Amino acid sequence: MSLETKPWISPERAQLITQFYREDHKTVSAPICRALVFKHLLENKKIYIGDGEVIVGEKGPAPKAVPTYPELCCHSLEDLEILNSREKVSFAVSEETRRIYAEEIIPFWKGRSMRELIFSDMAKEWKDAFAAGVFTEFMEQRAPGHTVLDNKIYHQGMLDFKRRIEERIASLDYLNDPDAYDKKQELTAMGIAADALIRYAQRHAERARELAATERDPVRKRELKRIAEVCIHIPAYAPRDFWEAIQYYWFVHLGVTLELNTWDAFSPGRLDQHLYPFYQRGVADGTLTLTQAEELLQCLWIKFHNQPAPPKVGVTAEESATYTDFVTVDPGGLTPEGEDAVNELSYLILDVVEEMRLIQPNARIQVSKKNPDRFLKRAAEIIRTGFGQPSIFNADAIVQELLRQGKSIVDARCGGSSGCVETGAYGKESYILTGYFNMPKVLEITLNNRVDPRTGKRIGLETGDPRESTSFEELFSAYERQLNYFIDIKICGNNVIERLYAKYMPSPFLSILIDDCIETGKDYHVGGARYNSAYIQGVGLGTMTDSMTAIKYHVFDRKDLTMDELLATLESNFAGNEPLRQLLLNKTPKYGNDDDYADDIMKLLFDAYFNAIDGRPNTKGGHYRINLLPTTVHVYFGSVLGATPDGRQAGTPLSEGISPVQGADRRGPTATLKSAAKIDHLRTGGTLLNQKLTPKLLADSDGLDKFVKLVRTYFRLDGHHVQYNVIDAATLRAAQQSPEKYRDLIVRVAGYSDYFCNLSKALQDEIIARTDHDSF
Amino acid sequence: MIANFLKHEGNVLSNGFIFDIKKFAVHDGPGIRTTVFFKGCPLSCPWCHNPEGQSFSPEIMLVESRCTGCRECIPRCPEHAVSLANGSVRLDREKCTGCWECTAVCPTEALTVVGWKTTVKEIMAEVVRDILFYDESGGGVTLSGGEPLGQPEFLVELLQALRGQGIRTTLDTSGYALWDVVDEIRPLVGLFLYDLKLINDSAHRHYTDVSNGPILENLEKLSKHGSRIVVRVPVVPGISDTKDNMEGIARFVSSLPEKHPIDLLLYHRAGIDKYARLGKEYHLAETNSSTNDEIEAIAKMMDSYGLKVTIGGEPYVAFCADRATAQVESGDETLDLP
Repeated sequence: MSLETKPWISPERAQLITQFYREDHKTVSAPICRALVFKHLLENKKIYIGDGEVIVGEKGPAPKAVPTYPELCCHSLEDLEILNSREKVSFAVSEETRRIYAEEIIPFWKGRSMRELIFSDMAKEWKDAFAAGVFTEFMEQRAPGHTVLDNKIYHQGMLDFKRRIEERIASLDYLNDPDAYDKKQELTAMGIAADALIRYAQRHAERARELAATERDPVRKRELKRIAEVCIHIPAYAPRDFWEAIQYYWFVHLGVTLELNTWDAFSPGRLDQHLYPFYQRGVADGTLTLTQAEELLQCLWIKFHNQPAPPKVGVTAEESATYTDFVTVDPGGLTPEGEDAVNELSYLILDVVEEMRLIQPNARIQVSKKNPDRFLKRAAEIIRTGFGQPSIFNADAIVQELLRQGKSIVDARCGGSSGCVETGAYGKESYILTGYFNMPKVLEITLNNRVDPRTGKRIGLETGDPRESTSFEELFSAYERQLNYFIDIKICGNNVIERLYAKYMPSPFLSILIDDCIETGKDYHVGGARYNSAYIQGVGLGTMTDSMTAIKYHVFDRKDLTMDELLATLESNFAGNEPLRQLLLNKTPKYGNDDDYADDIMKLLFDAYFNAIDGRPNTKGGHYRINLLPTTVHVYFGSVLGATPDGRQAGTPLSEGISPVQGADRRGPTATLKSAAKIDHLRTGGTLLNQKLTPKLLADSDGLDKFVKLVRTYFRLDGHHVQYNVIDAATLRAAQQSPEKYRDLIVRVAGYSDYFCNLSKALQDEIIARTDHDSF
Repeated sequence: MIANFLKHEGNVLSNGFIFDIKKFAVHDGPGIRTTVFFKGCPLSCPWCHNPEGQSFSPEIMLVESRCTGCRECIPRCPEHAVSLANGSVRLDREKCTGCWECTAVCPTEALTVVGWKTTVKEIMAEVVRDILFYDESGGGVTLSGGEPLGQPEFLVELLQALRGQGIRTTLDTSGYALWDVVDEIRPLVGLFLYDLKLINDSAHRHYTDVSNGPILENLEKLSKHGSRIVVRVPVVPGISDTKDNMEGIARFVSSLPEKHPIDLLLYHRAGIDKYARLGKEYHLAETNSSTNDEIEAIAKMMDSYGLKVTIGGEPYVAFCADRATAQVESGDETLDLP
């Protein structure tokens, strides 16, 4: 399968789902209905085994055939046309698929999809804020499902899970537990889903046997027979060797991502730890060589790569325009006992990452102070090859973040980061991203006293005319009230959407895999997980800080600019007042330079955001938390925002993650890291920091060592994550000019890497603009 | 030590004159460092890539590409030295009397003043910000220039304050100073990056305007006192790269009381833009960098004198391989430095 193969939309899943729902299922509960949907899908979808494949199974009928989820969000014919013809991240849509959509899919799902349900249930304030670009909504076209697997499947087969499910059903207390009936429904659904996955694997075994029967190459014939054996044993029983462990994970991955489009990162997590016992055993008894282990991992990598993310529509397509499905693998970190977890497989995984150079799975390393420098240095060698991976996470900070949220120490150590940079307790937590939040937009609405200047609509809270603010504190307090107002709207919306998923789209298969859904008899979407967190991801901290700083510095402290003059200039997008814009850009303190003037304001803004969200209850018995990451939404959020007091022109991108405004950090990487470390990372569930370095920086061993120490110091300051683009601006400009020559050029975008040529012009420009720390 | 630092916290002593504090400096000694650039140098080497460090007075740096032609500066100049031509600002340096009004109003930093008066306290406040990076990487603070020895009282106080904070120090110097000054700072400096440009005194006078007598003498004395020194030799084609000069330097360094590594610094024209921005003439515009073969030959020759040679901080074998775009690990040949 070459990199060039264009993903295409397969109508297979949509057809099977529609077929199922068309029949009358009114007598079954929602969990059982969804389990039967899952069963129907896995019993009827086409089985594909490619030439030479050893790890088998596809989401669609073939590699790069992308399924759709009409029960969540049904693509219109126009959507399909856009997907087919758009320049970037396009999906081929055949005439036949369009016909099927026009005749079968669209007519049936009209008025029935979750997306329509959600929008019909949202309040006017929510819709106004959503339309204005104050926030986005993750769950409007994909199911909440952000989670990573722990090690449970490596020692339990689906039959083991079933046994536990049956025991749980047997122990239900109908006399005293008013939820016993609901639990029975959910647990029964889990049982059906477990059987469905076993059957799905058996179908692969049958297909492998068929192929083996006619295969003339004796080597391949033996391989196919082995595939059949593997698919009979797992997932029914626990895996016995390295191959079976990987194949088992892959079936589970397909199951979870086919059940619902839990876009956003269903991932294997700590593969180096999970697979290590199989690796050791295989090497000890002579059944596995290092090369074979590496090849099997490569097969898994290709599998991930061949499953592009389900295509989104509208704003959601803009907020994360990418083929990646945010699958992550994160070697390193700590063992459950809190010891150095780096092993041979950690390095082998890095070798695979370097050789394969794929955008997915997204490689990251977890670095604890207990891990050797050698591990980080090996990662740096790969980073210097310039494809933005692996990104680097602070395992010790993650443990503290999870502990603060109330996780046990062992669950915290077994956790990590997934998606972009989100912290979670692997295998035990539902940690749902609910939407991005446009902080600078809230400032704009505050400066316009509740009006969105782009539309002239009154969408915010009346916080007073900023011209009448007599102090910075007064203005800040107005911003804070406005912020709380919109956060409340967002949370009200989330509270409805979460319940809609709980009622209509339970996820019994995923629930088998996440503790303690079986024990509690509750679905993943109903609060069955041991921990239930909801996130609202703050975007534009850099832009926001520099804007507030400019106001404080010029309007209130130096008084060389009146609020009136500033507002008039912003309204005109600096027309005729370029010197003022230059003053704001060049002679105003900026976040990212270890300058306390600006950084202290950043801390105020962080606290305001944290206080507005952290600790508030969600519908699943858990709490809201914050993180600061943008994916690609900073481009969309910038497009709906007028000029800002930091000198940013209307419509241009915001700063991303916790990175400084593009080009504002002028005192080198240590100063940027110092500024970023002033955020209290331990009170977040993830922050994203991009730094860009030229290849020269990492050219020799001494440079790599200094790089290692640079990162170590950031982590000593409790920084959560940092990632590096090691590419010079000239190369990027050349790629923009002649994309055909740079097809394989991969850059770090936000929490992930992507092919540079697949990015929009705006995003390409933005990546070029990111500070080039050419100081080596 | 701490008492020393507190003394500076309390009183503003002598002022220093610097033109930059560069963080994450990684070519000015071991680990991650901050480099403080002293302004003013008694030498005037034509290959100098920090020409803004030469004068002991503030200067205006004009970066034309940053100018947006906004004209804010023009009415501010009492001497009518600032004008606009072809969309960018022009400065008549003959007329300029150094009031810096134009730089104060320039919103784009096209016009800036190079050089500012500072105190030990101010510098310390800035350099301690990266102290964890120094601790983690074995780095510290490098004092460079210009010529730090050109401001002896300030240099001594700054070094004392740095040592008081336990920050490791490197001095990047031409060595051109009175021995008693060098002798005073000697115990406060962890590592000397000591430039040796031309071994022949008349050539040295011709190109740098000063005799190399004190430079060679100070180097010899420092070596005798056991100071840690890396001798840095700029390889400037047509000026310092001659066989006689390089052999002469090799002979001199190998005859020093202690063994000191030599780091060859490749000439490059990176400073050329700065000359134009300062209104200075650049005399080496036609000079190209040395070729790999030339550098390798010099390195081999010095090697034959028993000297440990690096090129821009890299072991020379790795350097040549790297330049030939081969991916060769340089190993852990890093210098054993303070």
